[in-house]
Amino acid sequence: MSSPMSTPGGKRGRPSNPSTPASEAATSPPAQRRRGQPSSNGDLPLMPTSPPTDMPDPLQDTSLFSSPRRSVLPSEVDMSSPLMYGTPSSRVDGTPRSGARGTPARQRPDLGSVRKSKQVDLQSEPSAADGAAAAEQPAGQRLVIWGTDVNVATCKEKFQRFLQRFIDPSSKEDENSCLDLNEPLYMQKLEEEVIPTFDMAVNELFFERFPDSILEHQIQVRPYNALKTRNMRSLNPEDIDQLITISGMVIRTSQLIPEMQEAFFQCAVCAFSARVEVDRGRIAEPAVCRNCNTTHSLALIHNRSMFSDKQMVKIQESPEDMPAGQTPHTTVVYAHNDLVDKVQPGDRINITGIYRAVPMRVNPRQSNVKSVYKTHIDVIHFRKTDEKRLHGQDDENEQRLFTEARVQTLRELAAKPDVYDRLSSALAPSIYEHEDIKKGILLQLFGGTRKDFSQTGRGNFRAEVNILLCGDPGTSKSQLLQYVFNLVPRGQYTSGKGSSAVGLTAYIMKDPETRQTVLQTGALVLSDNGICCIDEFDKMSDSTRSVLHEVMEQQTLSIAKAGIICQLNARTSILAAANPVESQWNPKKTTIENIQLPHTLLSRFDLIFLMLDPQDEAYDRKLAHHLVSLYYQSEEQLEEENLDMAVLKDFIAYARSYIQPKLSEEAGQALIEAYVEMRKVGSGRGMVSAYPRQLESLIRLAEAHAKVRFSDKVETIDVEEAKRLHREALKQSATDPRTGFVDISILTTGMSATARKRKEEITAALKKMLQSRTKTPVMKFQQLFDDLRGQSETAITKDQFEEALKALCDEDYLTISGKTIRLAT
Amino acid sequence: MPSTNDWINNPLGVVEEMFGASQNSSDSGWEAKVTEFFRQRLMEKDAHTWVPSLNDVPLHYLKPNSLVKFRCLIQDMFDPEFYMGAYDTVDPSTKAKVLRCGKYKDVTECGVDLDSANMVTSERQTFYCVPIPGESPWVKESYASTCQARVVPSTSYVPSRQKRSYEDDDEDDMDTQPQAQGHAHNAAAEAQGNGDSKRQETEAPSGQKASSPPLDLNFPLPGEKGPACLVKVYADWDSFKLNDTMEVYGILSVSPALSALSDQSDTSSSLILDPAECMETAEELRVHSPPASLVPRLHLIHTQRLAHNNPLLPPAALEDSAASLASTLGEMVSVRAELLAYFTQLLLGDVLAAEYLLLHLISNVYARRDVIPLGKFTLNLSGCPATAGPAYTEQLYCALQQLVPSAYRLSMTLQNMNQLRLVPRKDYVANRLLSGALQLAANTSLYLDETQLEQGQLDPAGVRNITALGNVISWQKVDYDFNYHQMEFPSNINVLIASEGRSLLPSDCHVHLQPQVTPPNMEAYLGSALTAQSSSQLNKFRLYLTMARTLDYSISEEVTKAVEDDFVDMRKDDPQSISADDLHSLLGVARLLCLSLGQSALSTDAWSRAKHIETLRKSRSEPQGCLNGNEP
Repeated sequence: MSSPMSTPGGKRGRPSNPSTPASEAATSPPAQRRRGQPSSNGDLPLMPTSPPTDMPDPLQDTSLFSSPRRSVLPSEVDMSSPLMYGTPSSRVDGTPRSGARGTPARQRPDLGSVRKSKQVDLQSEPSAADGAAAAEQPAGQRLVIWGTDVNVATCKEKFQRFLQRFIDPSSKEDENSCLDLNEPLYMQKLEEEVIPTFDMAVNELFFERFPDSILEHQIQVRPYNALKTRNMRSLNPEDIDQLITISGMVIRTSQLIPEMQEAFFQCAVCAFSARVEVDRGRIAEPAVCRNCNTTHSLALIHNRSMFSDKQMVKIQESPEDMPAGQTPHTTVVYAHNDLVDKVQPGDRINITGIYRAVPMRVNPRQSNVKSVYKTHIDVIHFRKTDEKRLHGQDDENEQRLFTEARVQTLRELAAKPDVYDRLSSALAPSIYEHEDIKKGILLQLFGGTRKDFSQTGRGNFRAEVNILLCGDPGTSKSQLLQYVFNLVPRGQYTSGKGSSAVGLTAYIMKDPETRQTVLQTGALVLSDNGICCIDEFDKMSDSTRSVLHEVMEQQTLSIAKAGIICQLNARTSILAAANPVESQWNPKKTTIENIQLPHTLLSRFDLIFLMLDPQDEAYDRKLAHHLVSLYYQSEEQLEEENLDMAVLKDFIAYARSYIQPKLSEEAGQALIEAYVEMRKVGSGRGMVSAYPRQLESLIRLAEAHAKVRFSDKVETIDVEEAKRLHREALKQSATDPRTGFVDISILTTGMSATARKRKEEITAALKKMLQSRTKTPVMKFQQLFDDLRGQSETAITKDQFEEALKALCDEDYLTISGKTIRLAT
Repeated sequence: MPSTNDWINNPLGVVEEMFGASQNSSDSGWEAKVTEFFRQRLMEKDAHTWVPSLNDVPLHYLKPNSLVKFRCLIQDMFDPEFYMGAYDTVDPSTKAKVLRCGKYKDVTECGVDLDSANMVTSERQTFYCVPIPGESPWVKESYASTCQARVVPSTSYVPSRQKRSYEDDDEDDMDTQPQAQGHAHNAAAEAQGNGDSKRQETEAPSGQKASSPPLDLNFPLPGEKGPACLVKVYADWDSFKLNDTMEVYGILSVSPALSALSDQSDTSSSLILDPAECMETAEELRVHSPPASLVPRLHLIHTQRLAHNNPLLPPAALEDSAASLASTLGEMVSVRAELLAYFTQLLLGDVLAAEYLLLHLISNVYARRDVIPLGKFTLNLSGCPATAGPAYTEQLYCALQQLVPSAYRLSMTLQNMNQLRLVPRKDYVANRLLSGALQLAANTSLYLDETQLEQGQLDPAGVRNITALGNVISWQKVDYDFNYHQMEFPSNINVLIASEGRSLLPSDCHVHLQPQVTPPNMEAYLGSALTAQSSSQLNKFRLYLTMARTLDYSISEEVTKAVEDDFVDMRKDDPQSISADDLHSLLGVARLLCLSLGQSALSTDAWSRAKHIETLRKSRSEPQGCLNGNEP
């Protein structure tokens, strides 16, 4: 993705001018040659001698976009020149401009401050271009960028055509992605706060269309998303003087630096004034006053000189882009004019600019030079990557760019019928078994589809899946959390014991440097669009836990403190782990009793899993084998697994950003059925066993499963799996408040066949017994239990009896209220 | 002295010669040729010992632009820099242009023609390297003594104090230190750092003028000495990782032009608005371009990664030199017995604790399975006699320091915990990574002395420090603080916790010390135990520990089966007795036990032995655990 504007002027013309070997061959030489110029001011002598009423410097400022602008109309040349900063000066008024009445010109220090490329008129000497002031449009067509044979006019024409084709002047679209030269282009149009600046072609066009409008500034073009979007780490000498886009994080911004654009000199003798433009950071002080011929009489008048704003911004590689085991690189970036103060430390940004390298300054007293260049980037465009997140738009797409080959492999993987099992087994391979838990976490990693119902007043639907793991200590819950935390790009790991409510949400603090109060975001906000892993969930204080209520359903965080009232997005999935209160899971107690968490919070978890020690021989054996194999696997095998982790990461990232499954008709039906079924189970007993929240859970899980398959449609199989997993989790956490028992063997085996058969037998026996005594429709629980025990040959436990009762209850054969059993009539 | 002078004393000559030759023959591979040339030279028998080492030789004795070596750890990685790889110079009188090579140099020749078309911009990377933190004195001595370079003070240098030759230095360590201001300043540090004082001259903040605050050389551990170095890397810099240890061979550059703080006030005439000026804060300049006399630049030509830092073993990976080490392997069992006896003596007659200590010392994170580091073996030695004051734990540390290549003792006083910086932190003002005590090289022994812990309150920094220690122990990772985010760096640190009761930090293995002897005078007892070991004996131990750590390990099919059966049986008897975690630690102990015996595969004998000592250990710690009730 790149824009035509994004490649430097030299290359931009290429599509129109296929036969430009010069531009190809000369790519790096002009750049590198010009770099060294400060010491050899070959073209400088022109400056002091040029008349004060001046002609625009012909050699000035044509790198990149300014090239078409200055090339053609003398007026435009003038406008783009730094001499035109602000409104003032008579020269400005005197300059005829094509339609841009009253719109002041603005310079582009971002483009021309350090070095200037040259433009030559093909038919005359460079100096003849001075005459451009008087030149007519046709003359401009012969202008080319120095060192190449790129025709400036062609470029300009192309760009104008592009604009005409793609901009509807009546609409005020903010962003316009479209194709010209087969490349999309982004541009911002005139809005008040930031006057997006455009190229002269735009200006011309604009004033053509709106001849009466008066703009605060001339329009300038800010391309973004250059072809060379890349990592800071991969910048190399070949990128010097090229337009690049890199991403990073702002770590420091400097004070505003006034940078002199034009120096104003006044003769101490005759008060004759002279203006000297800053050229490559230097001002050539006129030695002789041209009026009175006094030598060394000119003095700089500071407050009549012209300055532009400049700010140094330091950016650092974002942690996601970094290879393991290395420290992040930093790059210096200069923001000019209205880009100053647009970013704050901590912002994640994509910047587009020109990469510069300047030699270290020669110390006048030293004859030899440090052989090192200073590098920086002159910014043309900032784009905050996290800004949109704050405003609630989903913007993950732009972050991740996958190569074709990678997408291909991912798609191939997704097409495999067993992709779901494959992925779930690739998840935390060092942790043995717990297949369903891993599947649950896998679905959590993918998440549901984000739905926006704000128009109907409901707001956003939660797309994130929350999971709670409870169980005995030492069942590798923490490992699982650590693994997930390491797998997702925006993960946070906290421990319930050590975190406070503010640590999770956000707190206000005084910035030590600026003394401003700033909002520091906590783990939940930081893991927006990611997963927040909370270990020792049960050890969290109540007040801390209470902030989770909002986060886990509304996906926002409301803050009202220290005069800051705001709502932050916290669209985070929560993966929590809780230990039972009695340090060992008590199977005689319900989940709620065991972990002592309020049910309001528990109901916000889509899946609650128990991780218990199953105590089963086959399981033990497999576990032992698994563990032993950990200890002798060779490096290569480990490598392979690491590769798996990378694939898994990409797979998830891809699916999250590109796959947005929608419910299909059948799937909708299946979901309805499933929900009705769930409701029915409970309704017979006069209680509600499923709430809309459960239905939402099902939908999310089904969507996540569809994402695993890279399918744009949620189908019945997805719903089936969602149902299964949901049921599995329910079974484990055993939400039936009456029996409240957890059958631990369910974790590994489900219910054993014999147990199921036995249950059926008992139920049948009980039913038979009850049928035989229809005369007494009401009976005591204990009495019935004793009777049944007396009848049966094998021992019946109380559990089994209750199970049987429940089964009959579900059949609407009887109802249970407390200790009395009533036959249904 | 052999005829190596050329390439050691004037490596740039070699480089330039090859560069010149390449210009004529239009053969572009000269860079590869240079590195190959030096590699070949260094490969030659003993050749590397002729190269003077920055670790041993004071900087001012080294000749600028000569080849030197430096044994170091990458503490920080700076941004890549672009430099003039090749450029033209113009002779002002004759106007003759000469093409020069800028590689391996910091400063260009006079009269650079900045407009020349021949200018080539190249890229290089700078690493900030410090000597390996916590390097034991015996390692330093041993390296220094094998180094055959004889360095004469460079003639250009006129020392302001009494000249001492390098040989002097070797013999009488520190009694003739006429160092003017630096000495008093260091006295305190020296007293505890017990005299690896050879490199005092190059120690960082040594008495400069009071006006400029001493430059912090950013060593991970407090009280460290030695030169720090900016290493310029020309190729393959992606293969280096933070905290890698290596021996670099490079061209020393100490040009005074490199000092950033040169006076720049007299440039007003030309009204320079150089962007470079406002680009960096003074702080950053100081850090990134420190005076070359303090932080020399080293232009890397050849690196030797250090798999371990034991001078008694060849630095290369073991496979290469397997033959020469075969004999040592044969001796392992006997050395092990001797070492065990020595440890038993140190641990007041506790054989079991001695065995665990031995296993601990050969542990090594050999792999990671997703997040789990395998092979770590943190030992908590509780029940250290506290009545004798810090003497016991301190003496024990001294004994260990004599055996391992690098070690650090962190006494966990409340003050230390609250004030020390354990986790490295990025300083955005100076744009560097401020080091912390947990920025350690692989296989460093970290000795946590918890007996020093007293009652009091941990402040937030203290809590973070404790958390960081806990992370190192359980996950072998350190989360470096980058202010806006944290970055995880894997570590491989052997943590040994000496405590009275069970430690407040987690550990893989907790052994409660049961002294069999109660010597009336602890200090004298341990002192005699320490001195009783001859240096050849110590060398044997040192060799043994490093060897055992690097051995390969596997488990055969049958043994796997046996272990499985065993596990299932144990579970059958009493499911509570053994959990998956117990099996983990059992397997870990068995592995270390095998390695300590020089075996590279698990045997059923070793397995049952591991089970045996684990049972013994648990029977000891159980009453303890109940008392404390502090589950990790």
